[in-house]
Amino acid sequence: MSQQLFTNLAIFILSLLVGFEVMSKIPATLQTPMMSGANAIHGVVVVGAFVIAAEANNVALYILAFLCAFFAAVNVAGGYTLTDRMLHMFDRPKASKNDDGGDK
Amino acid sequence: MMSTLQTAASLVYLVSAICYVLGVHLMRSPKSARNGNLLSGAGMLLAVIMVTIELIVQGKITAMGWLVLIAGLVLGVLYGVIKARRVEMTAVPQLVSLFNAVGGGAAAAIGIFDYFHMPTGSSLSLVFSIPVLLDIVIGGTTFSGSLIAMGKLAGKISGKPISFPGARICNFIVIIAMIVGAVLIIGFPVTPWYLALVLVASLIFGLLMTLPIGGADMPVVVSLLNAFTGLAVAFAGFVINNQVLIIAGALVGAAGTILTLQMAEAMHRSVANIIVGGFGAGATGKGAAASDVPVNVTETTADDIGLQLGYAHNVMIVPGYGLAAAQAQHELAELAKLLTDSGINVNYAIHPVAGRMPGHMNVLLADVNVPYDQMKQLEDANSMFEDTDVSLVIGANDVTNPLARESGNPISGMPILNVDQSKSVVVIKRSMSTGYAGVANPLFSDDKTTMFFADAKTGLQDIIAATKQYLD
Repeated sequence: MSQQLFTNLAIFILSLLVGFEVMSKIPATLQTPMMSGANAIHGVVVVGAFVIAAEANNVALYILAFLCAFFAAVNVAGGYTLTDRMLHMFDRPKASKNDDGGDK
Repeated sequence: MMSTLQTAASLVYLVSAICYVLGVHLMRSPKSARNGNLLSGAGMLLAVIMVTIELIVQGKITAMGWLVLIAGLVLGVLYGVIKARRVEMTAVPQLVSLFNAVGGGAAAAIGIFDYFHMPTGSSLSLVFSIPVLLDIVIGGTTFSGSLIAMGKLAGKISGKPISFPGARICNFIVIIAMIVGAVLIIGFPVTPWYLALVLVASLIFGLLMTLPIGGADMPVVVSLLNAFTGLAVAFAGFVINNQVLIIAGALVGAAGTILTLQMAEAMHRSVANIIVGGFGAGATGKGAAASDVPVNVTETTADDIGLQLGYAHNVMIVPGYGLAAAQAQHELAELAKLLTDSGINVNYAIHPVAGRMPGHMNVLLADVNVPYDQMKQLEDANSMFEDTDVSLVIGANDVTNPLARESGNPISGMPILNVDQSKSVVVIKRSMSTGYAGVANPLFSDDKTTMFFADAKTGLQDIIAATKQYLD
């Protein structure tokens, strides 16, 4: 039991350090998409929804599992879709310029 | 068999965790950002497929379990995708806040589930009770806090700092309730009421934390709550002993914290001041110190602006919050295209915090097909103002205020766009009111500045009509 705790604690702390390192200076242009992208990543909580749904065995727990699955699915699906939509707009002008160049 | 499955699952979760880290890494540069997000999404899909296989192979889940899981997922995916596809780009901040709220809610639901799953009266080990507690407290706080932030950003709740008599006593009571609940959960056998106490206290705490904060600071608060949700998810990972939740949650917690600090820095605010300022009585009386507005401004008409623009060689557009609020980005792009087609050089000077949050203006302009190379960031723009014939300031105020270069006022030291260095300045603004900082802007009374008092949208429509006459 404590072996497991220490493994998880080590993973937690090292992941925090990776998070601090990987997020060095971000250009302001990308701060809003980055926030949305990070928001999508914590949608990983959807995996937890699967795990608890497998354990549910009474009405209250089924309701909690449903809520958890619904909330997490909104977070993960909405988060990635929104981030992609924002980032897509950044490469669209470049793409259309290339297209124009090819046509003319 | 079981251990083969566990090994496979651990390896797959590791791969998906690597996808998140590399994804965030790629998102730091505009060129690779989209691929970064797709890579992170691929990692997410991998984790979901793996956990589905685990559930099927284990065969422990009941039919009802599958039903509630699939129903929740399908409804959630539909709702999330439709919202994300349809949202106006000006409303992005509140939608991120909504996604953040539900993420925190889902994390809290896991903690609540596992506590309820323990037989009433059984005693808990600290290894279990502490993560459950942290998960519910942080998840509950971000759930209600993010919903308030969303309401403030959407204008459904007043953007002004909301405080009421006895707010401090309320805070005190809520924190005491939270501590009492925490002690009961950690030190005593399982009782549903203990958990209800902590949950309710956390939800109220989220409200009390966010209500007193002004609307202009909301983006920083959303980013901070985003980092909190990451931590709540990591603690949910401790509760159910799932490493991918721990890794991804901690990653978002740390990366989100750094991002919050950078956003606050770009907005010339300190995170501590925003949060503590909200809790203390400091919010009252703010803005009352606004100095008198200069009165000797020169007003102009759409017709004059059309003439000015029609005969200019270099035009610099300075968009601000007012443009975003009026949703006038389409009109702006139309005007810019009109000018560009007549051979006039048009660029956009984008302050890091123009719009509703850092980088938001770039997103708004990209949405209406403004070429990326016309969007000049602070330093590039500032080197261009001297050669600019007309600077068109639309709904921006504090970010153009030359007082920031002097000391002794609330915006001292804030990086600004040196609009006052251009040959002439046209300001489109609804009224003479001061910006968020509550400081009068001497740019408006400058000799080379003319003011056009109008809503950004209708004002730009009039200017487009006027400019067309002079370009023929």
